[in-house]
Amino acid sequence: MSDLPLIEVRDLRKQFGHVIALAGVSLRVHAGEVLCLLGDNGAGKSTLIKTLSGVHKPTEGEFLAEGKSVAFASPRDALDAGIATVYQDLAMIPLMSITRNFFMGREPAKGVWPFKRVDFRSCDDIVHDEMRRIGIDVRDPTQAVGTLSGGERQCVAIARAVYFGAKVLILDEPTSALGVAQTSMVLKYINQVRAKGLGVIFITHNVRHAYAVGDRFTVLNRGRTIADAAKREIGIDELQTLMAGGKELQEVSAELAGMV
Amino acid sequence: MATAPGKKPVHDERLTDISWLHRAMRRPELGAVGGLIVVILFFAATASATMFSVAGIMTVLRPAAELGIMSVTAALLMIGGEFDLSIGSMVAFAGLIFGVLLVNLHLPMILAVLGTLIMAGLFGALNGQLVIRTKLPSFIVTLAFLFILRGLSLVGLKLATGGNTILSGVAPAGKPGFADHLFSGDTLTGLFSWLTAHGMIATLPNGKPSVHGVPISVVWFVTITALATWVLLRTRFGNWIFASGGDANAARNSGVPVNRVKTILFVCTALSAALVAIITSLDTASTDALRGLQMEFEAIIAAVIGGCLLTGGYGSAIGAFFGALIFGTVEIGLTYTNFDSDWFQVFLGAMLLIAVMFNNAVRRRVTGER
Ligand SMILES: Nc1ncnc2c1ncn2[C@@H]1O[C@H](COP(=O)(O)OP(=O)(O)O)[C@@H](O)[C@H]1O
Ligand SMILES: [Mg+2]
Repeated sequence: MSDLPLIEVRDLRKQFGHVIALAGVSLRVHAGEVLCLLGDNGAGKSTLIKTLSGVHKPTEGEFLAEGKSVAFASPRDALDAGIATVYQDLAMIPLMSITRNFFMGREPAKGVWPFKRVDFRSCDDIVHDEMRRIGIDVRDPTQAVGTLSGGERQCVAIARAVYFGAKVLILDEPTSALGVAQTSMVLKYINQVRAKGLGVIFITHNVRHAYAVGDRFTVLNRGRTIADAAKREIGIDELQTLMAGGKELQEVSAELAGMV
Repeated sequence: MATAPGKKPVHDERLTDISWLHRAMRRPELGAVGGLIVVILFFAATASATMFSVAGIMTVLRPAAELGIMSVTAALLMIGGEFDLSIGSMVAFAGLIFGVLLVNLHLPMILAVLGTLIMAGLFGALNGQLVIRTKLPSFIVTLAFLFILRGLSLVGLKLATGGNTILSGVAPAGKPGFADHLFSGDTLTGLFSWLTAHGMIATLPNGKPSVHGVPISVVWFVTITALATWVLLRTRFGNWIFASGGDANAARNSGVPVNRVKTILFVCTALSAALVAIITSLDTASTDALRGLQMEFEAIIAAVIGGCLLTGGYGSAIGAFFGALIFGTVEIGLTYTNFDSDWFQVFLGAMLLIAVMFNNAVRRRVTGER
């Protein structure tokens, strides 16, 4: 783990008109580290990562990438700086082949204009190879993405980001719509990505998924960081309590018991 | 499990196991090829044999090509997620501009052609920009231009001719030059006279060959189809077309310049309509206000028969090529049979319905959705 964080934000604020979505958030991600960003719905997780990935501009606060202050004008800028985001809605097109999705927007062209062309055959081979490397056997990379399972799609999206040289990978709730087997496929892959030395920001509201792969945990509540701890400093129950908005889990279950 | 990083990818032998038949079944143009075979078999059984002579085939190919030039670009635009309903009216309007430049302003052929294409391209770009900026469905924006351009053609023709809606004398002044051969007449005339001399093409009673060559529109049709197919399947721009139509937001998030792609496609449909206007005006030495009437629908239907989804993101240029051939075969073929040729309209509607249902089934299979 190197000492200079890949991404560091200090006291980040973001307002949409009167709505204060982020009211001072700080976080750091190092290479080879999985930072889990936890928080209830509306806590500001998506707003935070959209700011990190260049979709929104922060209203206030410091944003450093590898120690240098940055201000992204577009998602493209963030991509060029090595920050890749896999959005909740995946940015995958079901009707297009796996290969065409994988290289979308970054197709390798060869030859001189106007005869520039893309060798989709060799692209198929690259995709097949990359997917096999992470343990997914894509029989036919020309098949449509729509035929893949949800977990496989997440893995293709992650593999694409890794292949194109991401240093920081931001995953917005990659496991929220998945079953058990599919979730474990994605979590295993996150482990592999960390082993490659990337920094990962893993957004979830499932504490068990977070605890399975996370090195650090940052909990957001109503636009603020309410906790930031390394795995050895915090237990899974404590995280769960923080997630529930500071209430003790017992209180929550007592409330639930009162309802039935 | 993992291969060493940086190692060249190895071709997996199982990839080749997927039979060509399986791949063919997944091609969007499958339905159109099947449809064309059915149609040809039908006419082989019912039409007089002259339909399948060289001369008969050329009479089928000419209207198929004129429609096909437009249906191929309409297919690209549909794959890109948009419609252009103004292309039929654009044929009339571009014909008017071309006629005025050539007849009233006495411009040389090459300048008249360039002027017409530039004007059409600008209208295409305008369509595209309006759709992008207003975020209105292209269906509505270009429907407006369907009427605007048809109206302008009528008004313009009356102004240009002093009250008529036909402008005649649209022909090159003096000896035809290179530009004239690009847009009018026949090609392969040498081959055809050789074939005639060797008795492979029938002669008219006066001894002249019954057909002189391949109409130039057919050459354009084939060339444009080949080019569009290459762009779609083998270039970055082609991938961007699929992406823009499949999911514009996802495409943008991945760095695809969706607005530029769509604008270029609108320019292409307008240019193809102008090309058809130029070719047909020279062919008949005139242009009139009814040129291209309903061709926007025929072009879209041909594209749909060719496998384009109405929702965008899927389809093929070769499919539209075959779609247009089906059109030409049925439209002209009926005149070689004892059937009333007005059956054509019935056929058209039925074909559209069948194609849309077929395409939906294909889409479900391709994406595995149930
Ligand atoms: N574009 C926007 N305009 C106005 N308010 C927004 C916008 N995006 C998010 N918000 C608000 O910011 C808060 C945080 O939302 P979000 O970041 O989506 O939370 P999370 O992803 O943690 O569920 C919410 O109250 C939401 O309504
Ligand atoms: Mg969210």
